[in-house]
This record gives sequence, C-alpha cells and structure tokens, in this order.
Amino acid sequence: MSSTGTSTIDTGDAALAATSLLRFATAGSVDDGKSTLVGRLLHDSKSVLTDQLEAVERASLDRGQDAPDLALLTDGLRAEREQGITIDVAYRYFATPRRRFILADTPGHVQYTRNMVTGASTAELAVVLVDARNGVVEQTRRHAAVAALLRVPHVVLAVNKMDLVDYREGVFAAIAAEFTRYAGELGVPEITAIPISALQGDNVVTASARMDWYGGPTVLEHLETVPVSHDPSGDPARFPVQYVIRPQTPELPDYRGYAGQIASGVFRTGDRITVLPSGRTSTVEGIDALGQSVDVAWAPQSVTLRLADDLDISRGDLIAPAQASVRPSQDQTATVCHVADRPLKPGDRVLLKHATRTVKAIVKDIPSRLTLDDLSQHPVPGELVANDIGRVVLRTAEALPIDAYADSRRTGSFLLIDPADGTTLTAGMAGDAFAEAARDVKEAEAAADDEGWDF
Amino acid sequence: MKGTRMTTATVRAGETGSPYGLSHLEVLESEAVHIFREVAGEFERPVILYSGGKDSIVMLHLALKAFAPAPLPFSLLHVDTGHNFPEVLHHRDHQAAHHNLRLHIAHVQDYIDDGRLRERPDGTRNPLQTLPLLDTITTHRFDAVFGGGRRDEEKARAKERVFSLRDEFGTWNPRRQRPELWQLYNGRHSPGEHVRVFPLSNWTELDVWQYIAHEKIELPTIYYAHTRQVFHRHGMWLAPGDWGGPHDHETLQTRHVRYRTVGDMSCTGAVDSHADTIDKVITEITASRLTERGATRADDKLSEAAMEDRKREGYF
Repeated sequence: MSSTGTSTIDTGDAALAATSLLRFATAGSVDDGKSTLVGRLLHDSKSVLTDQLEAVERASLDRGQDAPDLALLTDGLRAEREQGITIDVAYRYFATPRRRFILADTPGHVQYTRNMVTGASTAELAVVLVDARNGVVEQTRRHAAVAALLRVPHVVLAVNKMDLVDYREGVFAAIAAEFTRYAGELGVPEITAIPISALQGDNVVTASARMDWYGGPTVLEHLETVPVSHDPSGDPARFPVQYVIRPQTPELPDYRGYAGQIASGVFRTGDRITVLPSGRTSTVEGIDALGQSVDVAWAPQSVTLRLADDLDISRGDLIAPAQASVRPSQDQTATVCHVADRPLKPGDRVLLKHATRTVKAIVKDIPSRLTLDDLSQHPVPGELVANDIGRVVLRTAEALPIDAYADSRRTGSFLLIDPADGTTLTAGMAGDAFAEAARDVKEAEAAADDEGWDF
Repeated sequence: MKGTRMTTATVRAGETGSPYGLSHLEVLESEAVHIFREVAGEFERPVILYSGGKDSIVMLHLALKAFAPAPLPFSLLHVDTGHNFPEVLHHRDHQAAHHNLRLHIAHVQDYIDDGRLRERPDGTRNPLQTLPLLDTITTHRFDAVFGGGRRDEEKARAKERVFSLRDEFGTWNPRRQRPELWQLYNGRHSPGEHVRVFPLSNWTELDVWQYIAHEKIELPTIYYAHTRQVFHRHGMWLAPGDWGGPHDHETLQTRHVRYRTVGDMSCTGAVDSHADTIDKVITEITASRLTERGATRADDKLSEAAMEDRKREGYF
C-alpha cells in the first residue's frame, strides 16, 4: 500500500470512515409537509446542532410563532424567509454511522420545475411527498414524471399526514397502488411507498407504534440501505478527456496522460479503446488513480489514462471501448427542460456542452411540449419558456458521441448555452427516453378507452 | 490486479456485493478533482484562495493530486488582514515554497494605511478583505478563483453553486445564478467577470477532517489543542494581539484550546479542547453540538443574513 493509497480501512479513522454516499432529492410543497419531513430527518438524525436550532427558535419568535419552524433551517436566502417560500435548490448534509447523505431540497411548485430537474439530475433517489388526505394529485404526477424523466433509479413515495387519516391502512394502500402503477408505467424502476407522519415522527427515523400493519422500513432506514451504486461493469465505458497532463520535466520527459473522470462503466489496462470523434484506436497502457497505479478503475473515479500510442488527443475527446456502439452525429433529438427566463425558439443559435466538449448548434425544430401534470403533448409550441419540458431537434457544428440518456445519464445529457452572455438555457437528455414512454402510456390509455385512468 | 485498492473497495461495498464500490471520501475527492480539471481546461488564469486554513490546505492537496505528476497550473492568492495567526502564515509560506508555487498576497493594512479602507469600530477586518480581493482579481485578470467554501457552513452558502458567476463588481446575485445540472459546469463569462469555484461544496467539516487524517495532511499547529493565553469576549475565547485585545476590563487566562476555524484573530474564537491528535479532533467534532461557525465566528452572529450580505458584496 503506497502512502497515497485510498484505503479507509487501515488508517484508524474509525466510526464514520467506511461509509458510502447517497445523493437524494425531495420534492413537494410546504403543504405536503416537506419542510417538516426534512427538518425531522435532520433533527432526529441529530444533524441539527444547538446553535442552528437556537437561531431557528430566535427567528421563529421574531415572526410571532410559538414553536420553532423547522422550515427556517432550509430557507437560506433573505427573500425566501421574508416571503415564506423556497426559491432555489438547497443542499443539506447529514450522516448516520452507516452513510453520508447529500440532500437536494427542491421547491415543488410548477414554476420551479427547473429546480426539481436540477436536484434530480444528480440524485440516485427521489422522495415524493403526498398528503394522505388528498392522495395522488397533479403535483404528485409531475414529481413522478420528473423523477422518471431524469432517470432517478429509486423513488420513495412518502404518504404523509397519516395521523390525519387515523393511520388507516386502506388509505395508504390505495394511494401507494395508484402511484406505483403511474410511476411504473413511466419507467421508474423501483418504487418504495412508506406511510409517515412527519409532524408526529411516525416512520421517519423510528418505526411507528401506531401503524403495526406496516412492516417496511422507515424513511431513514430505507435511505441507509438502498443500494447507492449498481454494478458499473454492464454500463458503456465512457471517459471524457478533461485535460492533457504533460509534465515535460527532466524526470518525466515523455509522460503523457489524459485526465478525466470516468463517466460510466469500467476501464482496465490492456483494453482496446477508440477516441471519438476521430475514431483512432489504441490500448490502455496504464491507469493512474490520483497517486497510485491501478489495473482497473470505474465510474465515478477521477483518473489519468495512459495509452500505448501517441495519438492527437485533447480536451473534448471521448475515450470509449473500440467496439463502442455510440456513433458521433451532428443531428440530435432530445427531451429538454428549459431553465432560462428567455424562451428557446426554432432557429436559435446556441452552444451545446456535452461532457467536456462545447460546440455550436442550431435549434432546428421544437416538435412538441409536454405537460407533466397529465403527460399530454402539445405539438408545435413555437417556443419553450422557463420550466417547460419539450422535444428539441438540434444540428451541431461537429459530430458528437452523445449516448441515449436512458443508457448513460452522464454522457447522454447536455446543456444549451447562450453564446452572447453564457446563460444556461436548456438541460437536454438525448434520445427518446421518456417521451416515448409517455406516448406509450397515452396510446395505451386511448386504446383502453373507457377503462383509462384519470390523467 | 495490483495492490489493495480492489480489496478494500470490496469491504466498503459490502452492501451490494459489487467489487466496484467507493467510500464517501473517494467520491468527494473524485468530484473535487474533476472540478479542478474542468477549470484548468476552460479558464485562462485561475487562482486558488489560500489562507493556510484547513479548507484551503485540503483544496491545495486535491489540486496537486489532480495534475500530478505535472506541476500545479494555478497560482495562490491570500488576502492578509494583518491580524492573522503567525503559525498559519508560516504554514502558508512554507507550503507555497515547498510546492514551488507563486503566492500573491494582498494586504488589508496597505489599504488602511493609504485611506482606501477604514478600520471598523469593532476592530474586525474580515469584511475589509473584499476590496483588496476584488482589486487583486482585476489587476491580475484572474478569471477563475477557487474558494474553500462549503455548503454545510452556513445557510446562504447552502444555495451557492459550484461555479458561481460574479460580475465586474464581484457581486453575487442569488436570483441570477445558473442552474447546475449533472456534472456539467458552465464557466462562460464576459470580460471583466469572473467565476468563483468551490470544489469542496459538498464536503462537511467532518469529511474535511477525515480526509486530512486519511491523507496525513499537515496542518498549522493551532488546529490541535495547546495552552494559550486567551480572554473572553462576546461568548468566545479570543487571543490577544495588536488588533485590539484585551481591553481593560478583560482579563487574560491560560486555557487548553484549539481552533476549529482560522481567520482574522479579532473574530475567530478558540474552543476549549484537549484534542491534540487528529483522531481526538475527529472524535470531538463528531460529538460537538455546535457548528464550527457557531462555535468560533463572531462575524456570522451579526444578523440572520450576515453571510448572505457579505457574499453579495463579493466576499469569498
């Protein structure tokens, strides 16, 4: 073991060293009790410290509230506190002895779809909240659609306010069944429904004594045990080159390494690779993993690859297995979420950033807009405005090796950027991913005729 | 298959049975390295804010790893309030020399001497750092400025982006931030603007200490428990110095203390501690019921939005 080794086992930094990391997002509105749930997760896992709690108590008193308002823990900006709303994604950090958590806490209202999309883009799990008294409503369907669209692998349905429906199993079971069917048809691979009362603390951190009919995990137990990483060996191996490392020192006159973060899959020494878009091939001669030489590395490790041949490779190139299925193309079709205040229109000249490459692009067409509440398609919308989800056809100045988002979240995603001032305009997911599924649902529903559910 | 990497990863990934697990520190390290390399690839003149405090030391360590075996393609910048702990300045200079790095120093004292800044009645110089910082960024045309800020530190910071665009006045407008999706950072900016970059955004205080332990990173001695003469003010133990303490009614006493954060001596308090090794420090932090800023920073107690206000003006 070299001194720069990455083992966390042998250094003696005990208790919390061997933990994994889970990034998750919560979506819901104040009315659903989202802030209360987040506050309780933080509070009951002892992640809120005395001075933070005192500050919240002080601020609550100043506002004339009797009890500390846990929502104030997550509302960071002055305007948010003054208006009692959440404007932006807030990131929260907490840990249990088993796991470290990064929570993207996103406001759930329709005008903040872009924030939900932002939070879900890096999440491995999404918590969707519903009020047990209202069941699955438009907003719930929108949240499920965002999770499905962004390909969040695990979704938790937290049926909140069970105390207000007398902790009745039937209420929970009906909501869970409806949601599971809906999200399942959107392609959400795993759905876990949990009956909770965030206010009373039932099934958030500790198991409820008032719902003995429920035998599943509490929210925190589920967060602690859900698998954070699936086996990357089945994923397409993708390595976007960030930077070329050439020390050119007397000791290392010929060292030439390609630095980057493995976006997907596994790389091994001896692998035959191809460099895209040029198509030149070589062999992985060595992998330097931040100070030690290794024979195998996987996503999301940051490493430096050394190749057997001297190729002309620079930032923006993508290294993939020689037999990689992805073919660089100048024509792209994608599902996008428009995030800027100025609209996106056919004919717009933009920049497209994919992995480590930024190229010019033209918006050729915007064939449809999608309403997330009911998944209805609106053909030829003419433009996409902030928080719109739609289909976009693009032509890029150079061929790009963009994967289908369904195959790789990291190399199937891109940004559209305003070349004039650098504003991030649109977040894109290549391929037919979600819109196809949605269309299938609509068609299935149309075919089912009178048996269709209430979209 | 060489070495122990695979083996230890297997132990860690026990939950899935996959040999491809990574610990939370490995994931955070990889993310920070990715951020450093993105900036190196997309900016002309990046600089690392380097005070000799633990977060900036960890940043430098990560940056060196990101480009090894090549030298670091960035220089360092410190805004010296004139009230810094000598042990920390010594560490700063030693590290810069050891890694053969260019260190730019902007002195708040120079600004006070020629009248561009005036001393505040409370004696703290933390807010006075903003002007020298912005001047230095302009003079050297730095287009990316790495800061050690972490989102867990303070609630205004919780809404900060990894790439945070600043206009020519250095101001931060929380309503005009770019949404940041996936790991696609948008660093485009106009001439005169710059981008503040926070590679430790997703780290907590505990992560930083665990990483320091794991990587055996050397820190200024004041982070570990030692005996020191201190006096009590505003609920904190402050160290005496030219900056204006103690006053007549304040008495010095000798205590066992250490520093959880390191900044301007006038507003950085020591905490009572016997944690003189890194393992003891980690144990102490794990048990602490106070945040590091709550325990040690007078400047953040000024108002509910103290940090937000300073950030808007171009503070770190």
